[in-house]
Amino acid sequence: MTALVPHSWLNRLGIPPWVWNPLSISLRAAVEATIIVAVFGIALAYLLAKGRFWGRDAIETVCSLPMALPPTVVGLYLLTRMGGPGPIRNAEVRLFGHPLTFTFTGIVIAQIVESFPYCLRFSRTAISVVDPRFEQAARAMGLSRWRIALLVTLPLARRGIVAGIAMAFGRALGDFGATMIVGGAVPMATTMPIALYNAVFYGSHGQAMVLAIVQLVVAFAILLGVSRLGKLQPW
Amino acid sequence: MTDALEVAVARKIGEFELDVAFTVESGMSVLFGPSGAGKSLTLALIAGLLRPDSGTIMINGRVVTDCSRHINVSTQQRRIGMVFQDGLLLPHRSVLDNVALAVRQANGRRARRAVARSWLERVGAGEFADRRPSSLSGGQRQRVALARGLAGDPALVLLDEPLSALDSPVRRELRTLIRDVIISSGVPAVLVTHDAEEAEELGDVVIAYDNGRVTGRSMVERPACREPRTRAAESTESE
Repeated sequence: MTALVPHSWLNRLGIPPWVWNPLSISLRAAVEATIIVAVFGIALAYLLAKGRFWGRDAIETVCSLPMALPPTVVGLYLLTRMGGPGPIRNAEVRLFGHPLTFTFTGIVIAQIVESFPYCLRFSRTAISVVDPRFEQAARAMGLSRWRIALLVTLPLARRGIVAGIAMAFGRALGDFGATMIVGGAVPMATTMPIALYNAVFYGSHGQAMVLAIVQLVVAFAILLGVSRLGKLQPW
Repeated sequence: MTDALEVAVARKIGEFELDVAFTVESGMSVLFGPSGAGKSLTLALIAGLLRPDSGTIMINGRVVTDCSRHINVSTQQRRIGMVFQDGLLLPHRSVLDNVALAVRQANGRRARRAVARSWLERVGAGEFADRRPSSLSGGQRQRVALARGLAGDPALVLLDEPLSALDSPVRRELRTLIRDVIISSGVPAVLVTHDAEEAEELGDVVIAYDNGRVTGRSMVERPACREPRTRAAESTESE
């Protein structure tokens, strides 16, 4: 992971590997998880907000469960489904050549599950409150459903959607329980929260404090960004 | 000759029952009546934004709604232009984009924008092309909405109280503009209003509404040159 940035750069910036390694894993996993969450979360949010089909509430409830469950419970479900015998594990072996538990991909999946509800619920609410008369005007202009979604509804809902994506990113970056259980503490899956836990566990309180401060700065930057987005004039 | 619009529909919403039948020829027809008479509901049914419980709607001889035969052409396929009371311009798009999005008859972004620009010039809004709708006054927004309603080469234009949110001087100015532009475009139009003066000034035909029913229909006499009454009156006064 350190190969992403030359060691000389890190030395020049004074960033030790025990900070950079978990930070880069955390950032990369959170970015990958957030991209996937954004694509599927916004699409599902649109369907839930605009569609009238049986089972809509059930789908939203199931997708939102990780918000209400302790992350360790989510992690345990994922561990038993992904790592235990069964069709999911077989599919993982077929696709990747090995089970995904205790791998980088495994923690990305855990973070997707943990952060998905935030993007989904923020986006769904934002899409639901778009004034339907704008969509009616677009229909009268001859725009197809796809174009109305892409050119009218989603842009008008963008503040809520962006806030949802930011919250999902923050959740993915800060997840400990599910990531820890699915990824263990193997080097390729040691995120910042896990590194901090390890530092405390092994009595390296100085390192733990530094890791905590770095996470604090990252979390502050995200929340500040979300707050700024909320105050921006949308157009 | 085929009527531009034939409507015979019924729709019940709560306690309110709409049951109307009328035809519209070329020029400007006005649905006139008090608030809650069912005028805007009729426009929504013509546009396909709502479905009637029963009845038929034909635009230029083409059946777009026939409940008995389960025909309901989508709003997008009806080739209508709509002008709403508050414009409903997309706030995140420039004025030019708002109009260009409605252009159906040209292929390619550049061609659509050229058509949109020409319509903006025709309604006197060319100078606002690159601005956002939020920076325009109410009257300017309605000029753009009028351009958007006509830019898609519609078979029929529906105007839902386009002037009711404007101040009197702007209303007078836009009445003249609307009539001039609609007449010169040759596109039949249906306008909804509860303002008697507006109905008489803008309409060739006034269809009176009350409590969900058509209660009368009258032709408005105009000078042979079909100039809007306001212009004629203004020129008389100046003489």
